[in-house]
Amino acid sequence: MENFAYHRPASVADAVAAMKKAKDGKFMSGGMTLLPTVKQGLAAPSDVIDLTGLKNSGISVSGSSVTVKAGTTHVDVATDKGIRQVVPALSALALSIGDPAVRNRGTIGGSISNNDPAADYPAACLGLGATIHTSDRKLAAGEFFTGMFTTALKPAEVVTAVEFPVPAKAGYAKFPNPASRYAMVGVFVAKLKDGSVRVAVTGAGPAVFRVPAMEAALARDFSAKALAGVTVDAKTLNTDMHASATYRAHLIGVMAKRAVEVAK
Amino acid sequence: MSETGIGQRVKRKEDHRFITGKGRYTDDINLPGQTYGYFLRSPHAHATIKSIDTSAAKKMPGVAGIFTGEDIANDKLGGLICGWMIHSKDGSPMKAGPHPVLAQGKVRYVGDHVAFVVAATKEQAKAAAAAVDVSYAVLPHNVDAAMAMTAKAQVHDVAPDNRVFNWSLGDQAATDAAFKAAAHVTKIDLVNNRLIPNAMEPRAAIGSYDSGSDHFTLYTTSQNPHVARLVISAFHGLAPEHKLRVIAPDVGGGFGSKIFIYAEEVACVWASKKIGGRPIKWTAERSESFLADAHGRDHVTHAELATDATGKITGLRVNTKAAMGGYLSTFASCVPTYLYGTLMSGQYAIPNIYVEVDAVYTNTAPVDAYRGAGRPEATYVVERIVETAARELKMDPGEFRRKNFIKSFPHQTPVIMCYDAGDYAAALDKALQIADYKGFPGRKAESAKRGKLRGVGFSAYIEACGIAPSAAVGSLGAGVGLWESAEVRVNPVGTVEVLTGSHSHGQGHETTFAQLVSDRLGIDIDNVAIVHGDTDKVQFGMGTYGSRSGAVGMTAISKALDKIEAKAKRVAAAVMEASTNDVEFKNGTFTVKGTDKKMAFGEVALAAYVAHKFNSAEIEPGLKESAFHDPSNFVFPAGVHICEVEIDADTGVTEVASYTAVDDFGNIINPMIVEGQVHGGIVQGIGQALTEGCVYDKESGQLLTGSYMDYCMPRADNVPSFKLGFICTPCPSNPLGMKGCGEAGAIASPAAVMNAVTDALGVRDVPMPATPQVVWQVMQPMKKAAE
Ligand SMILES: Cc1cc2nc3c(=O)[nH]c(=O)nc-3n(C[C@H](O)[C@H](O)[C@H](O)COP(=O)(O)OP(=O)(O)OC[C@H]3O[C@@H](n4cnc5c(N)ncnc54)[C@H](O)[C@@H]3O)c2cc1C
Repeated sequence: MENFAYHRPASVADAVAAMKKAKDGKFMSGGMTLLPTVKQGLAAPSDVIDLTGLKNSGISVSGSSVTVKAGTTHVDVATDKGIRQVVPALSALALSIGDPAVRNRGTIGGSISNNDPAADYPAACLGLGATIHTSDRKLAAGEFFTGMFTTALKPAEVVTAVEFPVPAKAGYAKFPNPASRYAMVGVFVAKLKDGSVRVAVTGAGPAVFRVPAMEAALARDFSAKALAGVTVDAKTLNTDMHASATYRAHLIGVMAKRAVEVAK
Repeated sequence: MSETGIGQRVKRKEDHRFITGKGRYTDDINLPGQTYGYFLRSPHAHATIKSIDTSAAKKMPGVAGIFTGEDIANDKLGGLICGWMIHSKDGSPMKAGPHPVLAQGKVRYVGDHVAFVVAATKEQAKAAAAAVDVSYAVLPHNVDAAMAMTAKAQVHDVAPDNRVFNWSLGDQAATDAAFKAAAHVTKIDLVNNRLIPNAMEPRAAIGSYDSGSDHFTLYTTSQNPHVARLVISAFHGLAPEHKLRVIAPDVGGGFGSKIFIYAEEVACVWASKKIGGRPIKWTAERSESFLADAHGRDHVTHAELATDATGKITGLRVNTKAAMGGYLSTFASCVPTYLYGTLMSGQYAIPNIYVEVDAVYTNTAPVDAYRGAGRPEATYVVERIVETAARELKMDPGEFRRKNFIKSFPHQTPVIMCYDAGDYAAALDKALQIADYKGFPGRKAESAKRGKLRGVGFSAYIEACGIAPSAAVGSLGAGVGLWESAEVRVNPVGTVEVLTGSHSHGQGHETTFAQLVSDRLGIDIDNVAIVHGDTDKVQFGMGTYGSRSGAVGMTAISKALDKIEAKAKRVAAAVMEASTNDVEFKNGTFTVKGTDKKMAFGEVALAAYVAHKFNSAEIEPGLKESAFHDPSNFVFPAGVHICEVEIDADTGVTEVASYTAVDDFGNIINPMIVEGQVHGGIVQGIGQALTEGCVYDKESGQLLTGSYMDYCMPRADNVPSFKLGFICTPCPSNPLGMKGCGEAGAIASPAAVMNAVTDALGVRDVPMPATPQVVWQVMQPMKKAAE
């Protein structure tokens, strides 16, 4: 581990300013991803800018949307009564992340900014068509997640909140990697209030992606059997020792059906 | 019977300190002036070292010393040894390549020790290690046991075909004849997957040297500190034994991986003198544990079973390739031989057995004993092929086993072992009943309704533990005797200290050993202390592995207690003015036959030390006795495990739906602790069967499963609540009638689980670990066929 300068700004503006001054700075929220990489020497930031001083956590639920501030922990999302009523799939997703220690520290802002290809939240963001609020702008989820561990965030841009539309129905089915328990394949399906359907897949490819063929099938008939015969091309999927691309493609089909079955 | 005596569920005395964070592990110990060691490890699976330049690194802040293989050679520090000589079929001795503490000229696996950097802080040692400039010439490598004998890579010059030995056991001609005469032959090919031990506490060591007394001290995470001292003294030649103290304090799990004498601990204690006596601490990071702890298993086997027209087994032929890794670890050679081939008769009366084993070098971490050591591998072969034969013969797997069970004892197998006692049919009956085997078809139908495939599998295991009769193992090549020692010190107030050569690293000896003393002397269990793990305190000992601490270690204590009782009776007789023959001892009280005279144990202890009431020329003062116990045979725990799995055909996920274990451990000291051992063992076996597999990349030789992100330890939600049962045939070869329970669960369970998985899928074999992907792949041709 290399030494670094530590900052704990109290406002978003100060956080951005600190980052601009730093040679090779990193924001830190829960630290659940950042700190292990620093400890292992995989990351060696000159400055760590701790965002917990922003006290930017909390959830607000209205009839049409759920807004989760970036510093909100996974456990708070998992146990929020309002979310449980309007998007229970989001509560279930948050509860499936890591273990209690990780859920007590890890945050939604950290998770989506990191954009781990096996992370769960990106599936909910893309699957519901969420809007990501940052220190500079608002971005649609589809624009935000750009590739493996990469996002549209500029170097000194802070995620401040995620705004989810309240869907008519949504479901999440996760097939955990047996060892890490991150998503080996996670499928988030949502039928939005305007009748449109979105299907987002995490864990299977280089980054979260949508499956138009499934969306079309489910738009016609939002049921598991509507997905029969709808397949995903394995060519663009990941292969590792836990799952080949072919197996992942198969699991996407199974998990999509299960997500539809549990959708509420 | 007292509440803390033999057979009672006494809560573990040691747990208070463990669960309140008061345990004292090697890494908790800090010595004045302590420095930190860091090992620069090989990034290559196989390479020659062209040069090592430490000049820049030596100038880095805090550096106290940097050592390489050259320093080891200059100091003539002996290499790491393999303490069990195996001879090949042709009579030639095994081909042990050099195993220097730090690599000399060549590295043989990713993680091999290249340089040892010592600095004031760990960070400084790491930074300096990064500045050591090593130039390698990469060589072809091989990580695959099956390919070793034909691989381009040649790991050691002494073994051109990478073959350490070609060992055999049993009568080949008679076995071949049995196969010629067979009505049916069952064949199977099996891989016993390589495992990484993963003790909760990583290995650690602190070496220090005191120039005033010219004396070394080594704190280390060892299962057998005396053996470590013996090896470091006699083979590494660091110091004579009286000038080397080895302490193994609290140790957080071993599973075998802490039996061995490793480069790291030798380097710490050796280098301490080189840096002027400052202590050197090294604590493995978890990734180092993955890379450089001795791994387990890694066998590739072909086996054949001959049966006659009535379904009687007439012969077994086994051919195994066993990976040894890049070097021979301390006991590596005995694992796939005398701890493996000797168990091939299982619980069955098999007249003809022939086993042939090629041990091979591979460019991987060394492989050595891991919970069960050889016996899980043997059980896997026997129980998978027996189950497969039953299926081929269309016989119920339980009844096929029953038909072939050994029914009278003692029973001499064709592969050395002489089983002393058992009742295999009783264990089978009890297991069938607890598992509700009759109800299986109903449960299978119910699972099918939910779209799940249900299967059932048996494992009627036997193992030989209580390791081991010294003369017997000596005749088979062991470099040591495997007796155990004990010293019982009764204090003047009647409290007792037991110094044992066994070592507890999770087994609960501080409780079970104290139960024996409490039971025998009729004293409160809190008045008994168990002392272990320090060569300056304990006379000598062979340590804990091979489920030997009960059968061997406690027998030594029992013998010492016999002597204590005899001596105390003489003291009591003198004090009570009676004849020793008339003194009786029961429930902690000495009485004189036919009188109302009595003395409590504590009073006799005091009298022994005060020594006023007897003639010291006839009775020596004091009350302290010791004993060494060398067993006359192995002990043979056995049992029947029945596993039911449910497989999700859509995803390939296997769930262990129920697991029944009926074990015969002879007499049991503490059922709660024994159940814990069984639970832990079964979980490890389920881990081997369904989740755990060490993977080296064939192309690069890198360890792919180098962290918990990829190496899948079983977790609580991977296992069901176990259904346990016990039967008891007391062991005739020790006075307590005990067998061993520490390894049984891990020995029995992989075969039970995989027999259930193959039953569910209706296939002959599924490779371990049967991860969702593996099971799904196995199902693909079946699905195609169904379409
Ligand atoms: C054992 C374990 C298991 C896990 N299992 C799962 C799992 O099953 N599913 C899953 O989805 N995740 C899992 N995670 C990851 C976990 O959810 C992390 O908490 C999350 O990915 C990162 O959140 P954090 O708040 O800890 O971020 P940090 O570690 O603090 O930061 C992560 C990255 O995001 C950046 N960042 C943080 N906050 C902001 C912000 N507001 N604006 C801009 N950039 C920011 C940081 O600079 C850093 O690059 C697991 C983690 C661990 C340790």
